[in-house]
Amino acid sequence: MPVTAIKEYVAVPRDQVANFHGKQLVYVSWDRHLLFAAPFLICLPPETPFRELVEGPLKALVSPDPDAAAIDWQRVEWLKSNQPWTPDFDASLAANGIGHKDQLRMRTAGPNSLAPVA
Amino acid sequence: MDMKVDKKKLNLKDKYKLLTRDLGWEPSYHSKDEIYPYVKYEGLKVHDWDKWEDPFRLTMDAYWKYQAEKERKFYAIIDAHTQNNGHLNITDARYLTALKIFLQAISPGEYAAHRGFARVGREFAGVGTQVACQMQAIDEIRHAQTQIHAMSNYNRYYNGFHAFADARDRIWYTSVARSFFDDAMSAGPFEFMIAIGFSFEYVLTNLLFVPFMSGAAYNGDMATVTFGFSAQSDEARHMTLGLECIKFMLEQDPDNLPIVQEWIDKWFWRGFRVLGLVSTMMDYMLPKRVMSWREAWEIYGVENGGALFRDLARYGIRPPKGWDDAEKAIDHMSHQLMLGLYQWSFGTAFHSWIPSDEDMDWLSAKYPATFDKYYRPRWNHIKKLAAAGTPYKNFGLAKLCQCCQLPIVFTEPDDPTMLCNRETTYKGEKYHFCSDGCQDVFEREPEKYIQAWLPMPALFQEQQGDIGAWMAWVSLGDGVDNGDYAGSADQRNFQQWRGLATSNQ
Repeated sequence: MPVTAIKEYVAVPRDQVANFHGKQLVYVSWDRHLLFAAPFLICLPPETPFRELVEGPLKALVSPDPDAAAIDWQRVEWLKSNQPWTPDFDASLAANGIGHKDQLRMRTAGPNSLAPVA
Repeated sequence: MDMKVDKKKLNLKDKYKLLTRDLGWEPSYHSKDEIYPYVKYEGLKVHDWDKWEDPFRLTMDAYWKYQAEKERKFYAIIDAHTQNNGHLNITDARYLTALKIFLQAISPGEYAAHRGFARVGREFAGVGTQVACQMQAIDEIRHAQTQIHAMSNYNRYYNGFHAFADARDRIWYTSVARSFFDDAMSAGPFEFMIAIGFSFEYVLTNLLFVPFMSGAAYNGDMATVTFGFSAQSDEARHMTLGLECIKFMLEQDPDNLPIVQEWIDKWFWRGFRVLGLVSTMMDYMLPKRVMSWREAWEIYGVENGGALFRDLARYGIRPPKGWDDAEKAIDHMSHQLMLGLYQWSFGTAFHSWIPSDEDMDWLSAKYPATFDKYYRPRWNHIKKLAAAGTPYKNFGLAKLCQCCQLPIVFTEPDDPTMLCNRETTYKGEKYHFCSDGCQDVFEREPEKYIQAWLPMPALFQEQQGDIGAWMAWVSLGDGVDNGDYAGSADQRNFQQWRGLATSNQ
């Protein structure tokens, strides 16, 4: 539905990829690990290899969780836009089809030390 | 020679007629559509503006008198507060965190409401409506001013009060209030009345002013209590005006019902998201707490809100669409937001802290079904990290909701262990939401919300991710205005000054 307006209403999206100086936004979250209050916002060039996203910012950001060291990164299940998805660690974000403002979710079978207590 | 004439006093009814309805006139050389170009485009049908009943029959002369008297009392108490070092009478300086958020997020909202009412007072075609809106416009600017004055005394002694106007425009957690008011001010006049008259005055004001002002009293902040009393008598009038406008729209034409219902759905949810800040103030930020957010919601949400919707049911209005999701969120929202405010405390113009064991016991008693189960384990871990000398700072900035603009800290309505991930693609761009409620608002008018200025993405667009540059831009002194309360200058100074005031050292 268009905006209710008295004349033609022209809107320009505010956060298109062109405004990010050659980079893009990627959101990453770790399901059921809610020490992290919200999904992380990470800003990287689209040519960054997926492995670098994981080894760099992601590992650093999840490290305060007591289960972080136990993550077996080869066995992490990934979701992209809430759908199951398999990354190629050696390919770039772009080659992995990770677009601007895409949301990735990690799922791990391992421990969840801060999970609800029954 | 002048003759002395007995001045006859007008009775109230005549006075009201002369000073309100008689101020209107029939235009002779322009059509009403030309004079009031904004009353039709929202689709609302109004057949008879004279059917508008003014709830308070207040005329300007009486209005000036009441308001002037309130101002005199207010400033007398503020002066006394200043002269008697009222800033030392508060429970402790943690309390000021709630005031800082209030000043940064809510006071600019009062000013926005003033601008909005000044506008719709011109845009509505009925004279009764115009006068009522003008009075409310003056009230709102008075509220903004008196709030700023009530809190300015603290600015002399404590950090974080100095740049509230910059905070309003630029900081992430104030963005929820800013986007609420920007949305309302860019809507048509009838939608504005639902946004402010219904959502702000009904949903927010009761929950904000009544328990929050009691909180101020409990914590010894008489300046804020004074402001609260001064404003509260206006708020009752504003609520009645909002309700009158809703009833007027519904009585004018049955075609108005679906439009009004959609606005009620939208603005209930938008108001509920702003309340996220209030829930955190009530549950975490008052050293001496009055009631929990859950208890406040029972009284002002369930009981008062329920009565309102029972009253409107005869017009065909049902409770807002997000009502059930709101109820499910009550036992979680303050905890989820406070966990966020703590871990991003480097990016706030106030202090936050880990709740003490005593605080946690209180929360557990107030939230027996959720606090110990979901939230205490997280706080205990955060406490452990702090004790080990590695306090938890989340340097991953947050994904924000495209609609309410809060960080997406909220969980699924039926699963408090799973963050809510909602997204949509519109014209090739991806957008994310914190809830079905916010996604619904977006999808009604996507063109409006794709323009949202979101603080976190903006940090990368405008400052290329440079947090230091961002802090300078929002007038935030790193290590001064932000961070942990423990060890802050606010804590140190309060203790030292209190010590001087209460001992002979």
